[in-house]
Amino acid sequence: MSTNNTYMNEPDDRGRFGEFGGRFVPEALMPACLELEAAFTEAWNDTTFVDEYHTVLREFAGRPTPVTPLTRLGEHLGLRIFAKREDLAHTGSHKINNVIGQTLLTKRMGKHRVIAETGAGQHGVATATAAARLGLECTVFMGEVDTERQILNVFRMELLGSRVVPVTTGSRTLKDAVNEAMREWVTCVSDTHYCIGSVMGPHPFPWMVREFQSIIGQEAARQLLEFGVDHPDVVIACVGGGSNAAGVFAGFANSPSRLVGIEAAGGSAVGSGSPGVLHGMRSLLMQDEFGQIEEAHSISAGLDYPGIGPEHAHLAQTGRAEYYAIGDEDVIPALQLLSEMEGIIPALETAHAVAWLAREAGHAIPSGSTVLLNLSGRGDKDVAQVQAILRGQS
Amino acid sequence: MKSLERDLRALRDAGRKLLVPYFMGGVSENWTEHVEAAVLAGADAVEIGIPFSDPMMDGPVIQEAALRALSRGTTLDSICDDLVRLDVHVPLIAMTYYNIVLHYGLERSAGKLSSSGISGAIVPDLALEETEPWIAACDDTDVATVLLVAPSTPPRRVDRLVATTQGFAYASARMAVTGKSEGGGEGERVVRSIRRSSDVPALIGIGITTPDQAKQAAEVSDGVIVGSALVQTILNHASASDVESFIREFRSALDN
Repeated sequence: MSTNNTYMNEPDDRGRFGEFGGRFVPEALMPACLELEAAFTEAWNDTTFVDEYHTVLREFAGRPTPVTPLTRLGEHLGLRIFAKREDLAHTGSHKINNVIGQTLLTKRMGKHRVIAETGAGQHGVATATAAARLGLECTVFMGEVDTERQILNVFRMELLGSRVVPVTTGSRTLKDAVNEAMREWVTCVSDTHYCIGSVMGPHPFPWMVREFQSIIGQEAARQLLEFGVDHPDVVIACVGGGSNAAGVFAGFANSPSRLVGIEAAGGSAVGSGSPGVLHGMRSLLMQDEFGQIEEAHSISAGLDYPGIGPEHAHLAQTGRAEYYAIGDEDVIPALQLLSEMEGIIPALETAHAVAWLAREAGHAIPSGSTVLLNLSGRGDKDVAQVQAILRGQS
Repeated sequence: MKSLERDLRALRDAGRKLLVPYFMGGVSENWTEHVEAAVLAGADAVEIGIPFSDPMMDGPVIQEAALRALSRGTTLDSICDDLVRLDVHVPLIAMTYYNIVLHYGLERSAGKLSSSGISGAIVPDLALEETEPWIAACDDTDVATVLLVAPSTPPRRVDRLVATTQGFAYASARMAVTGKSEGGGEGERVVRSIRRSSDVPALIGIGITTPDQAKQAAEVSDGVIVGSALVQTILNHASASDVESFIREFRSALDN
């Protein structure tokens, strides 16, 4: 494996990471994508904008989030484990990092409204939160199935002054919420920014969202030094579209650390997908023999996505990062393990990464290894579902 | 020049306003009879949708048609098989999404469409910057790649689009996905921007719901594409003769 500074740099001028990425959108949206690319490039090189982004993250979003040594779990598994505590960020997950960047950019572009898609509601709540803070109008598209599963998050978004539109087309989940947000964006692109929630979509979104999330990895690298760790042996994160993983990987992509992304078995684009084009990007997708996109099925709505961000597809293809899948049945025990041993109730998404860590300690992860776990979100949103599952089992 | 542009130019130069209806392939058992009825009633070319699970550029009506076609097991191959029994002598234009032809294989799908009598393809999620591999795959066939020009397209980009499009230029009347709309939209302005650099046939589509809208749009353009309004009648179980009357109304509005 090369340790040259060759990973997680800028995509090429067509927005490609290797063969993945690009821009596959209707002509009506192309001018907006080009405008956004120019605006982000300019803003990200402007210290005034970057300072404002960091100031809002510090004063409003609770950054930097700590790194916590997971001592008891480490002893139990024979590893030295550190957790990057994105669960402690405002709104309960890493999603806030991206939306603060994108909503600041929205204002800078002179637009007054944002739209967003959401699955479980985490990105929707984060977008509604940032929009309220910055005085932007906000509309969130959410599959009707998910609005029923996550009724409290719908109410949160409404409390924050946003409008939630239930999406009744297709499978009525995240993939259809993205379609509907794209369709809405065509009609209002002149005054509205589409605040995509993960490292997906047409260029520049995968790159821009990774940049806004890379603060996770940058902070973690610095914080680990304080524990005397130059770089962990393994960096682990869960992957739906892949924004928290991209953010933490970015801090270690050019170190010798192994990078491991954990997908849900029912939404495993790397494990069971093939190259294709969806939602504006060329990436790995779950699809049938005719190129029709398949529906993902996972215990966690946040991993219920049939694709993966194009940069992850590239990292998988080049072998720089490894991707494995965890089935629903291993997720609840992992959530209980972390809760009982460390006093942290993780989100179901995050519990996938914990499950792989617990399963592979002493196997794929040699005993004594130093591990950084990206604790992408807290489990408050999931406790009712977990309770129902555990009651059903007893 | 591929046959699609030659055919449309010949009709246009003879003073005819072009009427191009859209049908979703495989939406019903007798969908090819609907196509034949439309041609009998005066359609100059026909767009045939090849369904995709995630049609980003389509509104609720064509989404519903796509789902219905998919639930009947419709594929690119099954539509091409159905075309064998289609007895019409106007250009046929496929409309689908990039993943369908990408998955089938670009050269393989271009060859399959061409050998099934299709002379054009509209792939709305294939942006200008990404069209090159598809156009190259169609090079050895008679399949023309039709590009859209949107109301949001800046002038210099319009020039690049019309220099690249084949067959005709598809002028979007609205910043919207396919579906019902009121009023005239921005199609006339888009056509004027196309005309600055090219005399390629320019058709207005997206939101052409009524014969009156069609007539108005054809005053500056070479004709219109009628999609969702027609597909809605088919979802409501229109017969072939219903389709014929629907098209006749548009034909008559364009001719008078």
